[in-house]
Amino acid sequence: MDQSPELLRRLLRAKDRMDGASHEEWPIHRLAQVSAVSPAHFARSFKEAFGVPPHRYLLTRRIERAVALLRDTDLPITEVAFQTGWKSLGTFGRIFRDVTGENPGSLRTRERAAPHGRNHVPECIVRAAHRPDLKIAVSEKRREKAVERMDL
Amino acid sequence: MTQGVDVVGLYVRDQDEALRFYVEKLGFRVHTDVRNGEYRWLTVQHPEQPSFQLGLFKPGPPVHDTATAQTLQGVVAKGAMPPLVLVVDDCRAAYERLSARSVEFTQEPVERYGAVDAGFRDPSGNGWKMIEARAKPQSQRAQ
Repeated sequence: MDQSPELLRRLLRAKDRMDGASHEEWPIHRLAQVSAVSPAHFARSFKEAFGVPPHRYLLTRRIERAVALLRDTDLPITEVAFQTGWKSLGTFGRIFRDVTGENPGSLRTRERAAPHGRNHVPECIVRAAHRPDLKIAVSEKRREKAVERMDL
Repeated sequence: MTQGVDVVGLYVRDQDEALRFYVEKLGFRVHTDVRNGEYRWLTVQHPEQPSFQLGLFKPGPPVHDTATAQTLQGVVAKGAMPPLVLVVDDCRAAYERLSARSVEFTQEPVERYGAVDAGFRDPSGNGWKMIEARAKPQSQRAQ
């Protein structure tokens, strides 16, 4: 590992900021500023440190929040999309399906039917544990699915 | 109590910096601070929890070789160490107090399921959740 602990600590600050406000827009220059890294180096440094590009990380956080809102509130899906940072309901629905494999509505129905023991674990930690594990790009995931369908 | 967990340690990048943070900002007390050559055994204690010590240890010789120490420092700096939970009476008041001392909060107080929690990091990158003790004895019971 050749990234210094000082650099990693500053990159963590950018990750924390996205965690704290995933509904906001996080262009590279804004993240780079938080980390005191040049915009040209930020994305590569972040990926090296955390294993995913910054924007894919942001996407997982948004989906995670959307899942929590669908599960825990009665907010209409449009409102969930809006509150988690999407400008278009169509994009939200598509990416949500790509990442979770379900529609927001059906996930809500299923999550509510299942009992859970969340009261025993701090909520923030539960959420992190339920974060979608997005190892590949959403577009790539979509392509893989298309290939699967063709195989059938 | 004569049996139980006595010390749990954190890795920190700089023990003086960590000491200032845990004592001056969080209000812990120094329990033990002894040196043996390069090694420094440093533990702090929550003022209301005399049976438990939090160790603030710096990875490095003689316990770790340079490469291992660097790896451990990196893991801490990435925020990849396990979660830590601090229980407080009033999360919002603690947030105000600690913010005024420029503690790096990662999450403002939020109420979820009737409990208020916030998040902060120490200078090294260790992440803490600060959770308000639930007031009602009924909801405190796990079963």
